[in-house]
Amino acid sequence: MIRTPLRPLARILQARDRGENPDAIERENIRARHEEMRDRARTRAEGRLLVLGLFFLCAFAVIGGRMGVLANSEPSEPRTSVAGADILAQRADIVDRKGRILATNFETHSLYAQPQQMIEPERTADELVKIFPDLDRERLVKDFTGKRKFLWIKKKLSPEQKQAVHDIGEPGLLFGPREMRLYPNGKLAAHVLGGASFGREGVHSAEVIGVAGIEKFYDAQLRDPANGHEPLTLSLDLSVQAAVERVLFGGMKLMNAKGAAAIVMDVQTGELITLASLPDFDPNDRPRPPTKGNASDSPLFNRAVQGVYELGSTFKIFAVAQALELGLVNPETMVDTRGPLTWGRFRIRDFHDYGAQLTATKVIVKSSNIGTARIAQMIGAGRQQEFLKSLGFFDPTGVELVEAAGAKPLLPPKWSELSTMTISYGHGLSASPLHLASAYATIANGGHKVTPTLLRQPKGQLGPAVMSEQTAARSMAMLRKVVSEGTASLGDVQGYAVAGKTGTADKPKVNGRGYYEDRVIATFASAFPAHDPKYVLVVSLDEPVETSGDIPRRTAGWTAVPVAAEIIRRVAPLLGLRPEIEPGELAGITLTSN
Amino acid sequence: MRSLFYVLTALSVIGLAFWAYHENYKTQEAQARAEHLQQQIGLERQRLRMLRAEWAYLNRPERLRDLAEINFDRLGLLPLQPYQFGKIDQVSYPEQEPLPITNPVDVINMEGHP
Repeated sequence: MIRTPLRPLARILQARDRGENPDAIERENIRARHEEMRDRARTRAEGRLLVLGLFFLCAFAVIGGRMGVLANSEPSEPRTSVAGADILAQRADIVDRKGRILATNFETHSLYAQPQQMIEPERTADELVKIFPDLDRERLVKDFTGKRKFLWIKKKLSPEQKQAVHDIGEPGLLFGPREMRLYPNGKLAAHVLGGASFGREGVHSAEVIGVAGIEKFYDAQLRDPANGHEPLTLSLDLSVQAAVERVLFGGMKLMNAKGAAAIVMDVQTGELITLASLPDFDPNDRPRPPTKGNASDSPLFNRAVQGVYELGSTFKIFAVAQALELGLVNPETMVDTRGPLTWGRFRIRDFHDYGAQLTATKVIVKSSNIGTARIAQMIGAGRQQEFLKSLGFFDPTGVELVEAAGAKPLLPPKWSELSTMTISYGHGLSASPLHLASAYATIANGGHKVTPTLLRQPKGQLGPAVMSEQTAARSMAMLRKVVSEGTASLGDVQGYAVAGKTGTADKPKVNGRGYYEDRVIATFASAFPAHDPKYVLVVSLDEPVETSGDIPRRTAGWTAVPVAAEIIRRVAPLLGLRPEIEPGELAGITLTSN
Repeated sequence: MRSLFYVLTALSVIGLAFWAYHENYKTQEAQARAEHLQQQIGLERQRLRMLRAEWAYLNRPERLRDLAEINFDRLGLLPLQPYQFGKIDQVSYPEQEPLPITNPVDVINMEGHP
């Protein structure tokens, strides 16, 4: 670049000649130079701004374009991913304690129609009705020829049905893949499993959601793909459940009962080996809940968990156990049983007259209402409430079924002394058979509270101690005597030393006024083997009547007990219990205190 | 010198482009294969699940019970009963035969006594 000198000599000399100030020339040149510099800087800055502007324009254009592409393109799965193959099965399986499948998924297809693509709507309707006789032809023709653009025809198709529909050759009939829940064992453990149905549905897939039982309780967990489809392992044992349901069904029919429930529970862990309720249903085709009539007569009703009943004399052992624990009585203490026991307008009677007095053991063995009421009077309302609360009779059982939360025991609104007396023999407090099983498990495991569970427990989970081991052992000895020489003598199974208590409670009338004369709930709560209790069995029959004798017999000793005995005979070997000779009691020596 | 450098650079660019082109195709091929395998795994899993479901269905207690009843004269299967538990000492072992005595030795001498 050629720099113009600030003071060019020629011009300065000329200026001097003219008598002008030569500094003006210098300043003029400086100004010109500055102007030139300024113009250069401006063009440069403008160029930079332009480049920067272009850059931002491009960047925004790219981002905008990308966003547009993302928004308008079909979503596709990443091609390189290791997890891809796992996502196919949506819902985790449910298996029993030995890994046998109770619920799994099954690929099937749904059938839908797009009437505007149909060529021969009427013929299609005819053919469809031939394949699915439950469809209504008129309705199909109306739908196919009307304005509808889309309709579901069948939610689940068998492969044969799918082929048959395919053979119609109608382009307007389309199939969508469906994953359906399958319960391969049919009615087995129906009340535990509950059932599943479709949630939100699309053409390509549908949500499978649990509608009842453990399927609903663990719905989120079963659906969560993050669990890696780890199957849910229940505590149920498939073969034991099948045997119990079979025997219970036979017993229910023999005893002319309208319903029955049976629970087998591990006394150490609270695991439910069996939870059966009859009548039952097929969870593959779960019936609709009844809209009229008594909900408890529906097959959907889980008698073992939802049914809160007055459980009758099975409660007597709690009063006696508490009296033993408090030191109010010992097994040989004589209790006044003169009857009837009058309390205000209320009279407590016994089934037979047992004389003036009985020992505490005999009160249980003979099942004396009066004797138990007298013992309850000794205990008092406050302590009785506390004890029953610690056994879990005040709260829902907390078992992993949605229905369980609603089955809250019914307590008397005012716990008077009369309530104390009636509750001691099982009237005035309603609880579910599952509550009873947990409480009996507490006695059987040496006095620790048991929380029933349907999930397999890797190790024992004994709760806090409710009563001392000695009290529990003495109570067990009393319960054993009920079977060996008392009201439950039909329940003696050779080799398994059954201990238990019968309970026959009159059913309260539907209108709430008094009790039916000829309708009872017969319950037998038992533990076996008595010398080393492993399992608790509760059998409950609804309105049983045994008619082999001259007069119909309804007491639990004649109805529930033989059924329970048969269940133990069948189930104990399956549970791996070998028959044992009961260790005999030493004659004349009884442990009275430590 | 400089022109040689330019030529070499150009050649290496062409070479790299060729290599990248090949790698690109190989990757696509591998991806397609992986996708195919994933699909196959998915199908096999589906099949496996189906077979498991079928197995569970065929082994449902109700069916086994009916089969045991139908084939009772051939199999004679009955529910497990308590008396079927045995003890190991109830099993009779064959009696061991005593070893033959080949050359007896007298351990007491009766004649030497007074």
